[in-house]
Amino acid sequence: MTAFTLDPRPASAGTAGATLEFRGLRRAFGATMALDGLNLTLNPGEMLALLGPSGCGKTTALRMVAGFETPDSGEVLLDGVDVTGTPAHRRDVGMVFQSYSLFPHLSVTDNVAFGMRMLGTPAARRRARAQELLELVGLPTQGGRYPRQLSGGQQQRVALARALALEPRVLLLDEPLSALDAKVRQSLREEIRRLQLELGITTLFVTHDQEEALSIADRVAVMRDGRLEQCATPEELYNSPATPFVAGFVGTMNRLPGRLSSDGALVDVLGLSRPVQGSLHGRDGTADVDVLVRPEALTVSAAPDGPAQLVAASFLGATTRLTLRLHGGREAVADVPTTHASTLPTGARIRLGLPERPVLIDQARNEETTA
Amino acid sequence: MALLTAPRGPRVRRTAPEARLGRTIALAPAVVYFLVPLLCALAFTVGLGDPRQKPSLDAYTAIFTTDGLAQSLGLTLLLAGATIILVFGLLLPALLAVRLVAPRAKALVAVVCMLPLVVPAVALGAGITTVLRWATDWLYDTPGFPLLASLQQPAFPVILVLAYALMALPLAYTTLEAGLNAIEVKVLVEAARSCRASWFRTLFLVILPNLRDALLNTAFLTIAMVLGEYAVSALLGFQPFAVWTVAISGSHAQLSVAVSMVGLIGTWLILLAVAKLGRSKASKETS
Repeated sequence: MTAFTLDPRPASAGTAGATLEFRGLRRAFGATMALDGLNLTLNPGEMLALLGPSGCGKTTALRMVAGFETPDSGEVLLDGVDVTGTPAHRRDVGMVFQSYSLFPHLSVTDNVAFGMRMLGTPAARRRARAQELLELVGLPTQGGRYPRQLSGGQQQRVALARALALEPRVLLLDEPLSALDAKVRQSLREEIRRLQLELGITTLFVTHDQEEALSIADRVAVMRDGRLEQCATPEELYNSPATPFVAGFVGTMNRLPGRLSSDGALVDVLGLSRPVQGSLHGRDGTADVDVLVRPEALTVSAAPDGPAQLVAASFLGATTRLTLRLHGGREAVADVPTTHASTLPTGARIRLGLPERPVLIDQARNEETTA
Repeated sequence: MALLTAPRGPRVRRTAPEARLGRTIALAPAVVYFLVPLLCALAFTVGLGDPRQKPSLDAYTAIFTTDGLAQSLGLTLLLAGATIILVFGLLLPALLAVRLVAPRAKALVAVVCMLPLVVPAVALGAGITTVLRWATDWLYDTPGFPLLASLQQPAFPVILVLAYALMALPLAYTTLEAGLNAIEVKVLVEAARSCRASWFRTLFLVILPNLRDALLNTAFLTIAMVLGEYAVSALLGFQPFAVWTVAISGSHAQLSVAVSMVGLIGTWLILLAVAKLGRSKASKETS
């Protein structure tokens, strides 16, 4: 792929992207509250992923930045300027849609150059620039083709080039990878991230795919029912979820039965005592709690008197996910190296272990173990 | 598998004899149904089988010299053009609005557009006549009277454009709706808007080019309908092409049929041109 020659502006330069701010955004569709007081700030050059289940309001928020939705109350600010009432075509934001949205009657080059045409850029200049952008997204020879002659991945690259053509202050990505197959999705994801870092453009990325969000974004904002649950770096979100919903939505989380010490500083889990890192609920005085443990944090070993039984094993490549039945019928999952898992037959008694570090606790829920 | 992956040579169509026979049996009645009346009309216009005259093309050559034809045909084409503009002006914004801002109005728009199908042209003509009579009584001696009179100018009867637009609505709605269903209007509009296109440019540079086939088909159907419309025009006392053709048939029967034949062939040529435009666009995009 040809090196980018337009106007590469690394994020560290801090000059390219704009600050994007949501202030108290509310929007209701009938009785459904799509956004319920969203407050969020994207720093210049940052890529932030809005993550959440369907209907949580993430796309509504993105469409408000684009100018396709109007909030019932609240403001959208670009570099401190309120753009809530600005028409979509005057907002200086670029957008990539889930369904490619290329103009079917225009060639690839004309699609990329469309925005420049709207701004009155001379034809020769916009053709040259479109070609540069096509080289940037790895399609230098496809300019003469029409959208229907391209694969889904190629179409989305063209859509990305079209969105970047006007050097927008903010780039909006509305589930741009969800219509693509897994392999293309991963390569395009990496490419989007590379371009975003190269250009230093502030980017809002909407997705319901947690793996996508965690792998691509500087920060991830998890939404639920129109509200922001937590906004943090991927690592923080994964290791220190702020709410039970985030704990359950991001990755897989075991809920193991535990018992708090009288001062609440220690918790007894799986016969081990561990310090409490934090609680996802207010202390209500009960000693019985759930201890939240990621599958990869559990260690397993065969032991005839072990408290758990191996009921199933799923091969994941380098690791294997073991499903274990605990006392009382609860189940837990543990990700262990495949070389180790292959030594454990189904039905074997298992002893579980936890690393020596503080753990998160939550209100006890007897009905489930993994979330 | 080998057959599927083998490089393709020139395509040779092979049809089983049974399939060919079945197709012939299915098509034969349709061919007879359409061709026999046309051949009879053609024979009539050139005088074939008439012992009182020698076969000739006089009826066809007379088309260019007969009084009234140019005027009636010119008026009809003018009315057709105005009807097309009015239909597009009414329908396109309504159908786009249904898709973009008021999807709940879709059923209402569909019902309104299809309603003229159940109103016979004669009833429409009689209704318009009655309304015009009432309006004349009500508006006489008011500033509205000149406007009413201008609607009925024989040189360009606007009232006919209004009636034709109403009659063309079901055809135009069906065709434009099919065209709009084939594209993702909302996504295209939003994509264009995010590329800094104003509403005007979005409509003319993105939506309309993608509706080209539907627009051409609508225009063609509207022209065909206006060319052949008789009842309303005759009841209102105007003389566009169809009314003139019937009027002339009393004194020049062969000429009247010859004109109809030429009109039919003209319509077919327009249809072929529309189809060719669509095909050339498709082949350009898939080559």
